[in-house]
Amino acid sequence: MEWKIEIRNKKGVFDPLGNGVKKDILDLGIRGVKKVNVSHVFIISGDINESDAKRIAEELLADPITEEYAIGSRLKASLGFARDRQGSRVRIVEIAYNQGVMDPVEDSARKAIRDMGIYGVKSIKTEKKYFIEGKIKEQDFKAICEKLLYNKVIQHVVKGQTAESKGQDDGYKFKLITVEILGADDKKLIKISKDGQLFLNIKEMQEIKKYFKKLGRNPTDCELETIAQTWSEHCGHKTFRGFIEYKERVEGGGWRVKKIDNLLKSTIMKATNDLKKPWCVSVFKDNAGIIRFDDEDNICFKVETHNHPSALEPYGGAGTGIGGVIRDILGVGLGAKPIMNTDIFCFGLPDTPHKKVPKGMLHPKRIMKGVVSGVRDYGNRMGIPTSNGAVLFDERYTGNPLVYCGTVGIMPKDKSFNKAGSGDLIVVAGGRTGRDGIHGATFSSGELTHESETVSGGAVQIGNPITEKKLTDTLLKARDRNLYTSITDCGAGGLSSAVGEMGKDLGAEVDLEKAPLKYQGLSYTEIWISEAQERMVMAAPRENIKELLEVFKKEDVEAVVIGCFTSNKRLKLRYNGNIVCDLDMEFLHDGIPRFERKAEWFRPAHKECKKKHANLTQALLKILSSWNVASKEWVIRQYDHEVQGQSVLKPLVGIKNDGPGDAAVIRPKFESKKGIIISNGINPRYGFIDPYWMAASCIDEALRQVIAVGGSLKKTAILDNFCWGNTDKPDRLGSLVRASFGCYDIAKAYGVPFISGKDSLNNEYSVHGKSISIPPTLLISAISVMDDVEKVVTMDFKEQGNLVYVIGETKDEMGSSHYNLINNCIGNRVPIVDPEKGLEIFNKISEATQKGLLRACHDCSEGGIGVALAEMAFAGGLGVKANLEKVPYVAQGSRLKAEGVRRNDVILFSESNTRFIAEVRKADKKRFEEVMKGAKIGLAGEVTSQKSFIVYGLENKKIIDINIEKLKEAWQKPLRW
Amino acid sequence: MAETSKMVKMKKPKVIVLRTAGTNCDKETAFAFKMAGGEADLVHINELARDEKFLKDYQILAIPGGFTYGDDIASGKILANEIKYKLNKDLKNFINSGKLIIGICNGFQVLVKAGILPGVNTGMIEATLSFNDSGSFIDKWVYLGSRLKAQGSRGLCVWTKDIEDTVYLPIAHGEGKFIPRDKKALAQLRKNGQIVFKYADNPNGSIDDIAGICDTTGRILGMMPHPERHVLGTQHPRWTREGLKEHGDGFRIFKNGIDYVKEKLL
Repeated sequence: MEWKIEIRNKKGVFDPLGNGVKKDILDLGIRGVKKVNVSHVFIISGDINESDAKRIAEELLADPITEEYAIGSRLKASLGFARDRQGSRVRIVEIAYNQGVMDPVEDSARKAIRDMGIYGVKSIKTEKKYFIEGKIKEQDFKAICEKLLYNKVIQHVVKGQTAESKGQDDGYKFKLITVEILGADDKKLIKISKDGQLFLNIKEMQEIKKYFKKLGRNPTDCELETIAQTWSEHCGHKTFRGFIEYKERVEGGGWRVKKIDNLLKSTIMKATNDLKKPWCVSVFKDNAGIIRFDDEDNICFKVETHNHPSALEPYGGAGTGIGGVIRDILGVGLGAKPIMNTDIFCFGLPDTPHKKVPKGMLHPKRIMKGVVSGVRDYGNRMGIPTSNGAVLFDERYTGNPLVYCGTVGIMPKDKSFNKAGSGDLIVVAGGRTGRDGIHGATFSSGELTHESETVSGGAVQIGNPITEKKLTDTLLKARDRNLYTSITDCGAGGLSSAVGEMGKDLGAEVDLEKAPLKYQGLSYTEIWISEAQERMVMAAPRENIKELLEVFKKEDVEAVVIGCFTSNKRLKLRYNGNIVCDLDMEFLHDGIPRFERKAEWFRPAHKECKKKHANLTQALLKILSSWNVASKEWVIRQYDHEVQGQSVLKPLVGIKNDGPGDAAVIRPKFESKKGIIISNGINPRYGFIDPYWMAASCIDEALRQVIAVGGSLKKTAILDNFCWGNTDKPDRLGSLVRASFGCYDIAKAYGVPFISGKDSLNNEYSVHGKSISIPPTLLISAISVMDDVEKVVTMDFKEQGNLVYVIGETKDEMGSSHYNLINNCIGNRVPIVDPEKGLEIFNKISEATQKGLLRACHDCSEGGIGVALAEMAFAGGLGVKANLEKVPYVAQGSRLKAEGVRRNDVILFSESNTRFIAEVRKADKKRFEEVMKGAKIGLAGEVTSQKSFIVYGLENKKIIDINIEKLKEAWQKPLRW
Repeated sequence: MAETSKMVKMKKPKVIVLRTAGTNCDKETAFAFKMAGGEADLVHINELARDEKFLKDYQILAIPGGFTYGDDIASGKILANEIKYKLNKDLKNFINSGKLIIGICNGFQVLVKAGILPGVNTGMIEATLSFNDSGSFIDKWVYLGSRLKAQGSRGLCVWTKDIEDTVYLPIAHGEGKFIPRDKKALAQLRKNGQIVFKYADNPNGSIDDIAGICDTTGRILGMMPHPERHVLGTQHPRWTREGLKEHGDGFRIFKNGIDYVKEKLL
């Protein structure tokens, strides 16, 4: 029997969800909708009688105070509510999940029904039913449905009786599939790769053919898939590890050529190796980088990207992105406890006209709302504070948004390494395996097209954070009882990657039919490569297995043994006794052919910016209102940034808790004053001019924020995340190489090692054969250990009468600045970094904060001194009087020949690196200046009690005089959704 | 004899912090009770249901914040349902023996949906906590006026008995709008002095600005704001402006609970 139970609000009860939809409809530019109501539909099938169905509806599903329910058999079209909303002015649409898409509510609803003593439920599906009231045209209604209410990648509209839930095809009959490659010519090989969505190139296909030729047989589909997963860009990072012939145009003519063998090892990892920091515990080896925290514990940090899935299904894509990086932390060493998340997003412009959104893509605002709610619902449910992040906007992210998710973890020192032993059993725990997420790893290694949503829809999933939370709780218990020897997450490539990676030096045997399935009907290959979420794989010695499984069982987490690690260095898979895969581990992991790619870079010549703003107040307001600078409070407030109770410096600070804090600080142990600082540096605009200086500036920015909140570089490490276009194209690869050079030079000079990183290439979107690349985007995340969190400094001005200093040199470096952005130009003088001077400034400020000499400190980034001062003033609710004459200024613009100019707008808005604004008590003036001796500082003003923001320009002329509340309003308005 | 009574005095109040799938404020809640002089155990509901641990061994039951069972169906609903079916008798005995319960955020939602709060008519659902008017999750610090100040009467709630001034705590919820069954139910809450905390600036649309209530005995407290997130000075969002205090505002709530047990139940 199938029961349909519909739950809706009682009459007169306000429906916030419906109201939200109504607002979104207005955003679409569709007027005339008076009211939207949402009801929840549960379809329960199984051996359930009517009185039980009624009990379920009444006791469990409907809230007795606010809701009412109607119940009927599934096939009845109308359930017959006493008061029916149907009418000529009400349109109704019912949205259900597509077959195979996980419905997170099913598990918990089934459990609750069992708790009630009602057994016999076979399945529960949920649907949403929207009642849209008002005068709207058919085409508008269609637009509302398609653009807002459902995403065909995971959902569909239920149409009358035809939408009867199709049962999963429960019969899977084993049939071994082999792929004919021995007799295939190159053309055929390419076709096999393309048809199978393997994303392997011809050289790789030829290598595979060669291997099987030696064996004298064709590969099974499963073997081919396993190789494709392992060799995918996503898992193998073949661009970074390959050979590159790089040439760079030299100023004045000619090219400089450089051969690179393994870009990663010769830049990013080299910086770390050169620096040899004793507190680096594990770098570039495991699922995350690990550094020492104190005598008992280590901390670890990983940042991942989840771009392509988020482009197709923002909510699910972003949610599973955060879910995935959390599992990286659970799977580093023997597992760490996740204690903080950080999220950085890049979207198209929220005000993009709907007409301009490329075919097959979602509108940037919808993507943003989806991504934010996906991270919110996953992160909040996991109980991990999201206390740091950034949101950036650029037109070229419209077809390909970027979603970076990072997680910090803490672990006892002795749990930082893992080693599976031969004979250890392979245990998979957590969620079940389903058809979701097939081909995620290979899919993310290709370009997005307008067909991606149909072709690769299977790569997109909905996560279930509670499954992961349960898994986290139990895993850490098992870890502390030393029940397993190694652990890793099931991420891209699913079991294939997890088991393949863990058994790399050993060999492994797996009986695929033992993996618990969400539903029947999966083939052996699907089981093996499914990227279904919330699963971890462990290696457990046989003598511990009973106790280990018991730990999971106690808290209702599913865990089963699916095989064991061997010592024959072969990967052997069986399905009900039939061998479906038998590969050499060595070929699988080291057989990938390395080939040379060409890369080239030359500095583009942008037009110089001629425009000058006569009214700098207007310019300041405009910059404060620009998408990148504007307040992100709408995002931040949706994240629980204080769960676990460890926050010391929150993302929003100041007298009204709404100013932009520079970095997040947490104290992971209540009883200790030791803290962790997390910050990030990202500025794709600088890459328009030179990716080298973009990389340098990103590192400088991340470190500035660590310093600004009271940290030091003593124990600071960084992570790199490259999101680039298709690096098969020499210009894309050229800028990647140049950015890597910047990373090496500056990280080394500042003495901050890279401990982990990730690259996501092929971030391009093609419409009608034309490829649009995202702006090459490098994210640098910093993690720093702070000895005493009580030394934290925030950016808001504190008291009137205090002195305001500008620290660091301002130069005419307006290239790619936000001032140029509001003038619609780019320019050429990109901010550079002078690490020698920079290091001196960083260290001196650290000394000053250690001595408690700073009342406030803020770094200068987008919008320069002007924006930094304004933010400090309105965050503190205080005015300021500043004089640009006193700002340390260096006339030489950059290493380019062009001379810089000393001009009010340049001083105010240039984005030169390594600059801070500090608030110092008059009584501390001498001590502060003593500490800063040798660094360029200028006493540029004073905090005032009036709420006016006053700036005197060169020659002592007042150039800005405006109320701070007006500045704040300009800053808050754009993203106040 | 003298020795035994001394030992009794030294005994620490025992707090059970109830966990299940999706609980996520358990550790900081346990820490807050420990700071206040209690002894706190994190116990999974399965351990109670399978008779591995017993409610009767504790004097305080804390149901912490989180998203139990994903808040699927409705916030706190599935755990409320589970408690009703699996722990009903033990919980009744616990309440009837004069012991204390606190439900914070998701824990408050559980207590309300299980009919334990407001508890005017035992077991009857007299109120609910529903979606914020904004339709979205919100993390924000709020000022709470305590009932004492609002009504000037002697405190009924043992958890807040001496709290007369404004309390500053964070909220972090998507379903915190308190809705009593009807006007009569609201009037009853007022009359009984059960409204313990009111928002100074209503963040979610709660009827009558209600942020927290107690039962008719004053021993069971439920509140949406998180007192366990403000027990240390560095948790205050403006400690760098206003100076570092030894304790946050939430600390007194835990201290009151522990002191009550020491005085009356040990």
